[in-house]
This record gives sequence, structure tokens and C-alpha cells, in this order.
Amino acid sequence: MASFLLVGIAASISVLFVALEQNLNMFYPPSEVVSGVAPLETNIRAGGMVEEGSLRRTNESLKVSFVLSDRAGSEFTVHYTGILPDLFREGQGILVEGKLQQDGSFEATEVLAKHDENYMPPELMSLAEDKQNNITEG
Amino acid sequence: MVPEIGQLSLCFAAAVALGGTITGYLGNLTSSDKLQESVYSLVVGQFVFVFFAFLSLVFSFLVDDFSVAYVANHSNTILPWQYKVSAVWGGHEGSLLLWIWIMTAWMLAVVFHRFSYPRYFLGNVLSTLCFLNLGFLCFCIFTSNPFDRFIPLTPMEGADLNPVLQDFGLIIHPPLLYMGYVGLSIPFAFAVAGLLQKNIDSYWARLVKPWVNLSWAFLTLGILLGSWWAYYELGWGGWWFWDPVENSSFMPWLAATALLHSVTVTEKRGAFKHWTVLLAVTCFSLSLLGAFIVRSGVLTSVHSFAVDPERGTYILAYLTVVVGGSLFLFAIRASETTTPIRYSYFSREFFMLVNNVLLISSMVMILWGTLAPIGYEVITGDLYSIGKPFFNFFFIPLMLILAVAVGLVPLLNWKRTNGNYLVNRLKSLLPVTLILTFIVFYMLDFVLTAAVFCGGLAIWIVVNHVQDVYRRIKESISLSRSYLGMALAHLGLSVTLIGIAFTSVLSIEEDVRMAPGDEQKLGPLNVKFKEVINIVGPNYQAKRGVFDVEREGEQSQQLFPEKRTYSGRQVMTEAGIDPGLLSDTYISLGEPLSGDAWAVRLHYKPFVRWIWFGGLLMAFGGFLSAVDLRYRRREVDKTSPEQRTVPSHGIAD
Amino acid sequence: MTARFLIPFFVFVVIVCFSFFGLGLKDRDKLPSALIGKPFPDFESKSLFDPVEVIVRDDLVGRPTLVNVWATWCPTCKAEHAELVKIAETTNLQMIGINYKDDRLKAIDWLAQHGNPFDKVLEDPKGDLGIELGVYGAPETFILDRGGSIVYKRVGAITNRVWENQMRSVTRGL
Repeated sequence: MASFLLVGIAASISVLFVALEQNLNMFYPPSEVVSGVAPLETNIRAGGMVEEGSLRRTNESLKVSFVLSDRAGSEFTVHYTGILPDLFREGQGILVEGKLQQDGSFEATEVLAKHDENYMPPELMSLAEDKQNNITEG
Repeated sequence: MVPEIGQLSLCFAAAVALGGTITGYLGNLTSSDKLQESVYSLVVGQFVFVFFAFLSLVFSFLVDDFSVAYVANHSNTILPWQYKVSAVWGGHEGSLLLWIWIMTAWMLAVVFHRFSYPRYFLGNVLSTLCFLNLGFLCFCIFTSNPFDRFIPLTPMEGADLNPVLQDFGLIIHPPLLYMGYVGLSIPFAFAVAGLLQKNIDSYWARLVKPWVNLSWAFLTLGILLGSWWAYYELGWGGWWFWDPVENSSFMPWLAATALLHSVTVTEKRGAFKHWTVLLAVTCFSLSLLGAFIVRSGVLTSVHSFAVDPERGTYILAYLTVVVGGSLFLFAIRASETTTPIRYSYFSREFFMLVNNVLLISSMVMILWGTLAPIGYEVITGDLYSIGKPFFNFFFIPLMLILAVAVGLVPLLNWKRTNGNYLVNRLKSLLPVTLILTFIVFYMLDFVLTAAVFCGGLAIWIVVNHVQDVYRRIKESISLSRSYLGMALAHLGLSVTLIGIAFTSVLSIEEDVRMAPGDEQKLGPLNVKFKEVINIVGPNYQAKRGVFDVEREGEQSQQLFPEKRTYSGRQVMTEAGIDPGLLSDTYISLGEPLSGDAWAVRLHYKPFVRWIWFGGLLMAFGGFLSAVDLRYRRREVDKTSPEQRTVPSHGIAD
Repeated sequence: MTARFLIPFFVFVVIVCFSFFGLGLKDRDKLPSALIGKPFPDFESKSLFDPVEVIVRDDLVGRPTLVNVWATWCPTCKAEHAELVKIAETTNLQMIGINYKDDRLKAIDWLAQHGNPFDKVLEDPKGDLGIELGVYGAPETFILDRGGSIVYKRVGAITNRVWENQMRSVTRGL
């Protein structure tokens, strides 16, 4: 019995690491997206504040684009096809998941908004804190 | 006045819980009958006090007592009364009180059956439960008291209950889910008591089994309700998101399913003792871990309660003591309860082992996927997320292998199955399965998809079980409730399997731009967008879409999805759903676009209701097994004091 | 024999350790240490009640001050409001409100209904000032010393307990 179990566990662990490699999504703030630290053509998460007035929709389809920034000079354009979540609003913090393209724009497969007005996903929390540090040093 | 009563009652309950903990353990150590008996009254006392506290909170909500901070934060005067009641468990503090009340109710149930259990064993069980309850009561009183006040300046009006929670789902989902979570504390207490007395055997297994069945059944109900609620309430048409909070309810369920099977083997054959005890400890530990994840802010999700690392620290400390303590107890006592028994590969025991391994592997994998992001962040400082593909990648193959095993169960005997016998039965069963699968294949227009494969597995399970029931009737073998419960639960599993497989593979989902007058084809359906009208609700304004859905040969249905704006500027999507036995039509409004067009989400979801219907069957099977006549109260403890002895080791193996 | 039975225990210990460190990661309530002692950011905002009047940072300096970020759409703000009124009445703090991403008329009306604890209320309809402060929602409250430096920040509602246990001692020392 023990050997059976051991083989099973070993097999599971190896499959686990294979799966993880493909499915562990790292988060990159706007500065890293813009500066080239974020990798191209791999599934990643990025986020930022939606720039006011940057939301564009096409007339025929559900294609949208908007600009995410960290309000400290880094910004990038996001392209997405689909319905935006209820809590999506210009000036709010947004998370996107997808791939960074050669031309610097982000093709999003998923757009995630804050869950309520009093909450920010942890990835964007540190952005807000970094911003705080920036202004005091400036 | 009333909130003060509530506060006081909680404190009394805690004092009584402390008394119960000490009395029970002490009574066992000193073999004192008097002390033992007093534990029973102390449990009743806890129930009464907590019940008073709970009622005080409900009362405060119903009379709009906004001097109570929790009421002011989660309710207001225009909230319909049923949501005022359910708002009691809409936030962290109140749901904790609900948890505690349910705990005392389960404890009362154990005391009600006290004559079925050996006296001193029961003392240990109840002491452990009192100790657990004490921990929760202290957590509530000191860090999360629902009776905190806003005095002297009391708000005239409360905030509001989050509109997403103003729904029937909130009324039933948390209570049933908690019944499951908390119910698992009973097998936990039985395990601890058994380890303390070095008394784990088939007799112990028979005592604990109904409790496992019951809490498993409640947990199943709680989870399926959560899935159904998310489906119709969130507006996305999804029914499972591998969300950390969902995962923390699913992991105890997987462990409890493994426990259910393991305890049966221990009861019938005296084997798997280590597995069973370890699983009993693990199930409740996972319940506690789930509570930690949801309430501490260490992970974020749609479901998370108010984030508070201070509370998180307390729960973690509690977890460490309770789980660490019991696992350590297991480590030092486990070696004294070994009994080697033999069984061949073609036996029920072996396949139960396979079953356990598969379920536990799934649970471990989900645990890893849920907690690993924390680990990665602690080590590397980078933020990672683990998405759905990871979970599906593992879970699906494991479950499919499990389905094969489940189908085999009725064919196998305990200890050893004769090879010829097996082949004979398979000779009739396999062709039937293949023929029925072929019919599914035909229904899907000969497209060989995963749906056919899963359908085949489900049919395999159903055919085997139906045939076995038939065989038993023919051979005049009595059908115990326990057996029927098993068959029903496995049947429910195959129904859920079909639901999940068919919905996942055959669903059609379109996000489209539609203006009034537009038509869209959706699989076999034709959807016409007629118009959008403005409506006003009790505490919201909404845009309501009117859609005509036509299907060949059938009457057209009208669906009315809404986009609501509540008084707190919160926007909510109400989907328009046409439920059906064989498929659902699901429409929700996205955002308004230029002109009078809207972004619209259209779903055609075949067999989605089967997912929850299967869950209902499984839960019902669990309830049926729990009331099997074999587990009825046997008056074990009606002897006079002179005759009473400490029970010896149980049924010899 | 006992050795392998210790495995679950050790696995659990590992999980607890990681969870413990994980708790320390998301410290939303505490101000990042870099911010304590830093001056309140410079700004220029309109007064809520009189849009012609402009308020700047220097107007705040000179007294110990409590700055509260609030809005009519924020339910938790409603719940903490009574506590703010109480603080205004029982202390000498200068009370400044920042009406965050809100509607002017609604805000004025709301204060008339629920009481106004503020000496001055700033308008921040787009949330620009909020961004400068690192605010990511409402309510949030800052305490400034006489020199206009931030000495305390609270995310979330101020309850009586929070005021008594955390905030009051901070204000006493100013």
C-alpha cells in the first residue's frame, strides 16, 4: 500500500509543477509594463487607474479600449472585447489579465474591477502606497 | 436593554463553556459520575444562553435599534423584514454568532442521544466540543462583538444591506453551509475522544458514522445553494469560480466525502483506522482554515468579510492550538491502534482506498492552489495569482477516474471478489452501458466530445447501481436505508457529472451589441431584443430589457433582465432566466452603448440545473443513510451505577 | 513507526507559518511608515458650501486637525457620522471634511440632514485630492499636527472603540 501511495504522490507533485508553470500569473504595475520588465506574449496580470476620458468603444462590436496609469507617468492602452464589469468606471482601479503585445498595448482576456467602493485589490493597494511615497520625495 | 441582555448572555455562555470543558475532562480523569452528568446540563446551558443572545440580535434588527453598531452597518428602516432577519448573518460579527448558535445546537443533539454512548467517552467528546465553543465565544466577545454600540449619538438611519445580499439566497445558504461546517466538529470531537482513550475501532466508527453523514449532507446542500445563488445573482452565468472562499467550502466537503467512505470501512472491517481518524480531524480543521481565509484578509475574494488582520491573528492562534494539538495527539497515539487486515486488489476495501487517495489528492491540490499565492508573496515579495485553468487541469481527470471507481463499487465484495463472478456481471453491464452511451452520442449528432465520454461514465455508474438494486430485490436481500442512501448519493453524483460535463461543453455564450429590434441566433434559439423600459423598485431604479426567445416548435418566452441602481450608487445586474429541465436560457444586460444599443450577454446552458439537482440527490442520500435503523439509539447506558464500567476495547477484529 | 504519523502535523505547521507571515503582508489599516511625519500634500480645492471660496493647504496649518474623507454614496460613512459629530463636540480638533467623488447639492443636503461636524468641507468631485492622499475609498481619516504633518491615518469607519483605543491618545499628544 505504501509504495502505491508514494508513486501516486510523486506523480501528483510532478504534474503539479508542470501545471503551475503554465498557470502562475504574475502581477505587473504600469511602470513595469511600460519599461519592458513585463514579459511579452505570456499570460500576466496588470493593473492601474483608468485614465479619465480614455474609454473608447467601437460602434459595431463590443471592442473597447482604455488607458491604465499609475498617475506617476507610466501608462498603457488596454484592448478588450466584451462586457465590462458593473464596477468599471473611469478614475477607478482596475485589474486586467491577458498578454502584453509587441507594440506596448495590452490584449486583455479578463477585466476585473474593485468589489466595492471601499475596497481595492491588494495588487493596486501597493500602487497607491508607492504613489504616496513618490509625492513626498518629489 | 435587549442588546445588554444579548451581551450578558454571551458572557454567561462563555463561562458555562469553560465549566463544561473542565468538568468533562475532570469527570473522565476522576471517573466521577456526578461530574459527567453535570456536563449535560452545562451544554444545555450554553445552548440557552447563546439562543438568547441570537434572539436579542434578531430583535434589535427587527426594531431598527441603530444604537447597535452592527445593526446600523447592515440594515435600515426600509429594508423588508425578512432581509432584516437574514442581515443578522450578513456580516462578520453576526455570522459568527450564527456559527456559535449552530455549534450549541449540534452539541445539544449529541446530548439528546447521550444514552447511545459510553459514558466517559461522551464526557471527552462534550468537553472537546465545549472547548471549541469557548474559543469561538471568546473570539466573538473580545474581537467581533455584534453588540458594540453607537452611544450616545445614535444614527437615525442605518446604512444598508449590500444589494447583492438582499436575496433569498442569503436567507438559506449561510445557515445550511454552517450546519455542515460546524457539524464536522462532532466527528472531530469523537476522534479526539477516541485518541485520548486509545479506543478507535469499528464500534467507535459505528457511533460516529451518522454524524458524518448528517454534516456531509448539510455541507452538500450549503455548497450547491451557493453555486445556484451565484449563478442567478451575479449576472455572469457562471456557477463555480474556484474562488478562495468557494474552495474553502469545497475542501472540507472532499475530505468529508473521503471520511464518509473511510469510516464505513472501519465500521465494517476494522481497517483504515488511521485514515478515518486523521480525516475526522482534517475535516473540521479545514472548516476552521476556511473561516480563517474568509475573515482574516489574507486572501481577497468576492465573499470576504471585512478585512482585519487582528482577527486573523486570533483565528490563526485558535487554529494552531486546536488543529496542531489534535494532529500532535494523532501522531503520538496513532501507532497504538494498528490492526493489519488483508484484502485483495479486487475488493471494496481497495477501491475505497483508491477513492480516498483521489479525493484527498484533489483536496491537497486545491489547498495548494488556494494558499500558494500567499506563500509566494511571503518568499519572493511578488504578487501571483493562480487561475481557473490550474484547478480544472487537475480536478477533472481525478474526478473522471473516481467516476470509474464509483461505478465498480456495487460489483465488488468486501475482502475479495471472485474473478469469474466479476466478469459475469460485467458481461451484462458493459454492453448496456455502451448502448446507452451510443444513444447520447446520437443525440449529440455524432460529435465525439468530452460530453459523450462523461455521459458514458455517468451511465456506467447508474447502470451498475440500478442493476445491483434489482439484483438485491430478486435475491430477497433487504435494502437498508444505508444502502439506498449510498445508491441515491452515487446516482446524484452521476447527475451532477452530466450537468457539469454537458453545460461546460455544450453551452453557447455570446456577448453582443444589440439595439431594440435586433435579433440574434443562439444555438437552437432565436433572441429578439424588443425594448428597454424604466422601472422603480422599493430601494432602486432600474432599466429593464424585454427579450423574446423563440425555439422551433415551442411557444416564445419573454425574459426581463434588469440593470439596477441602488440608493448607495451601487449597480447590480439581475439576469433574466428561463429555467428548464433540459436547458436554461440566460440573458443579462451589460452596459448601455451609443444610441439606444446595449451590450448584452446571451447564454444557452443545457443541463445546468442537473448540477444542483444531483447535489440535492446526494444530500438526500446522506440524510437517508444517517437515519439507518442500525444506527438508532441503542440504550447502552441505562445500567445502574454499580453495574457501570468503563467500556473495554470494541469489537475484536 | 511514529515518525510518519508526524507528517500531517509538520505540514500543518508549515501552513501556519506561511499564514502568519501572510497576515503581516496586507496591512491596510496602518499607514506606510514612510508617510508618518510627512506634510499633508499641497492642494487647491473649492469649498463645498461656497464654490467661490478656495481652500489651500496653508489654511489647515496651525491647529491639530482631523481630516475625514466621506461621501453620500458611502454607507459606512453614514454609520460613523455620529462618532464624528461627537468628536467635533468634545474635542478642540479642527474638523475638515473632504467630500469625495460626490454631488455638491446632495452633499450639502446630507450634512443638513445628519449634522455637520466640519469646520470646512472641501470638494473633491474627481478624486484628485484623494489620489494625492493615497485614498482608495471612503471613509478614510487623517490626523494632522499643528505643522500640518500627517501623524495618523485610519481606513474605514471610526467607531467609539477605535476612537477611545487608538485615536484619542494620538490627538492628546499634539
